[in-house]
Amino acid sequence: MQLSRQIQAWLLLLPALCLLVMFTHYPVLKTIARSFFGFGTRWEDAASLQNYQYLLEDEVLMQVLSNSFLYAAITVPVSIILAIAMALWVNSSMMGKGFLRTAYFTPTVLPMISVANIWLFFYSPEIGLLNKLLALVGHNGINWLGDPSFSLYSLMAMTIWKEAGFFMIFYLAALQTIDTNLYHAAAIENASKWTVFRRITFPLLMPTTLFVLVNAMLNAFKLVDHLFILTKGGPNNSSNLLLYYIFENAFSFFDTAYAAVLTVVLLTILVGLALLQFGIIEKRVHYR
Amino acid sequence: MWIKSVKHTVAAAVLCAIAAPTVAATELTMFYPVAVGGALTKIVDGIVSDFEAANPDIDVNAIYAGNYNDARVKALAALQSGDPAQLAVMFSIDVHELMDLDAIVPFDDIVSTQEEKDWLASFYPALMENGTVAGKTYGVPFQRSTIVMYYNKDLFREAGLDPEKPPTSWEELVTMGAALTKKNTNGNVDQWGAMIPSTGYPYWMFGALTKQQGQKLMNQEGTEVYFNNPKVIDALNYWNDLGRTHGIMPEGAIEWGTLRQNFLEQKTAIMWHSTGNLTTVKKNANFDFGVAMLPAGSELGSPTGGGNFHLFKASSDEERAASLKLIRFMTSPEQAARWSIETGYMGVSPAAYETPELAAYIKTFPPAAIARDQLQHATAELSTHQAGRVRKLLDDAIQSVLTGQSSAEDALNSAQKQADRILSRYK
Repeated sequence: MQLSRQIQAWLLLLPALCLLVMFTHYPVLKTIARSFFGFGTRWEDAASLQNYQYLLEDEVLMQVLSNSFLYAAITVPVSIILAIAMALWVNSSMMGKGFLRTAYFTPTVLPMISVANIWLFFYSPEIGLLNKLLALVGHNGINWLGDPSFSLYSLMAMTIWKEAGFFMIFYLAALQTIDTNLYHAAAIENASKWTVFRRITFPLLMPTTLFVLVNAMLNAFKLVDHLFILTKGGPNNSSNLLLYYIFENAFSFFDTAYAAVLTVVLLTILVGLALLQFGIIEKRVHYR
Repeated sequence: MWIKSVKHTVAAAVLCAIAAPTVAATELTMFYPVAVGGALTKIVDGIVSDFEAANPDIDVNAIYAGNYNDARVKALAALQSGDPAQLAVMFSIDVHELMDLDAIVPFDDIVSTQEEKDWLASFYPALMENGTVAGKTYGVPFQRSTIVMYYNKDLFREAGLDPEKPPTSWEELVTMGAALTKKNTNGNVDQWGAMIPSTGYPYWMFGALTKQQGQKLMNQEGTEVYFNNPKVIDALNYWNDLGRTHGIMPEGAIEWGTLRQNFLEQKTAIMWHSTGNLTTVKKNANFDFGVAMLPAGSELGSPTGGGNFHLFKASSDEERAASLKLIRFMTSPEQAARWSIETGYMGVSPAAYETPELAAYIKTFPPAAIARDQLQHATAELSTHQAGRVRKLLDDAIQSVLTGQSSAEDALNSAQKQADRILSRYK
């Protein structure tokens, strides 16, 4: 009886397991193998560390890594804060909140590539919307994507605009599950709005925040569609991100082996971040 | 409209069903890229369907595959997946890498009859440079270009310049550019003298400037580069000075993708761009514009650019014969003339310019001949082994100088050093 239930469970899991093994675990193992046994697009017979040695010599990699971390360090918290603010805003009983919810959510629905094509023209120095607005106040304008001190931040701005609406939906759903009695009680105590947020709303949103944080962090490392359109990592790698750099190595330089090494680096970073998030932050999350 | 297309489909299906038992169709898959935007895919589809109508025994799957980089990725991915394409239009400068991957075969091995050999010799020699390695032809020119100078004649008139006399030298580009640069009362620039794009394909634009200094960027074998040659450094300094010293061009990187729009909105009086934009500019410019050869440094010059036909090794003899037929059709003088008129890319053979259509078109629209006239001053586009990596070294060096992060000498020395290390294996 017990055994047949076990078998049944494994059979039920089998389809999902097959897919996971085929498209996740096997590729990961093969990537790791290739990082040791590969040279360019070929396979060598003996394992070597030469691909890893190039990591140390690669000047671009350092810049790409620091770009990626800066990108995550800014886009993740800013989109989360914006998402909470927008969720609180459209959760209040105000006129036209349906319209506002739709408006906030629209960027999420649009495909990244088309959005990037639109923003390419927003950012264009002479004909772009942003510089035309700056011109109204007499500013000379900024070469948003062509100036290395702005290019990465320009990408961040677009990402935040795109992501915040998506996270807002989760917060909105979470807000509506919070027991209104808590707010009534707080009102009786004459608690300030800030105290209500800090002591009731925010702690009860923590499970959502963890979920959003994990997703935002993953997205920060794995969403690079817009780079293909906006900057291609330029000028001079100032906006290059790790995943895009992997793509360049694999498909533009045909250096599959080094791309595998970089993928291992990316995997290590993501696993590290996941452990950090689940290990440390989850202890502080209050689940009902 | 819809009913009609359904009828056509049904009719085609019936025809296929009838024809199928008698004619064993050869199926070809062809990837092709579009680098300049516009409705170029429709034009290719049109040419291909004409070919299919004339050759009912050959089925062509023409697949639009994005820009040059995407097309290469898709073609090579198809190759590895075991469901390869038989032919593709790919960046002419991919040739060394495609050979290193053992992916393509030379046309010399496929052509057999005298007629076919004559066809292979019928193209402009400058367009064959990038596709020829060790005496064999691996790439046949199709969507080929040079860089030309588009200029706004109305703005020339406004600035008191002769609209029929665009700049012909580096000095004139600076002086005329200064006359064409207009500032508003706040001291902000409303209209720039000139723009040379520095994203997308910076090394390509730079190839023009170095050729104008009489210096090539690499050897024909693709095993050496000359990035830190003094003339190359001079060329980069000149480019940088246009913005930083003379103030006739914006500082920082100038976006390849939006430059045409800048020109159409008259934000710049002059732009350097692929001749592949010509027809689109012609259709959309609501001002009087001209096209000229790029100005000369110590000499005139532009690299050729664009895509060549390549034949993949993984194909049967019938497929190769059919591919050759298709390529010959698409590069025939009539089709080359039609392609040139509809896009601005150049007719790939002298015979294309002798067709009545293209000859008449040039008579009414002389700019269409500029790219061809410039061919005698043209050089090959940067192409080496490990082309992607080497190209990026130069791109990064150019961008680091134009954005003020580094001096031309430092940036190019460092690019040279890294390129030497990459290329040392291939000597």
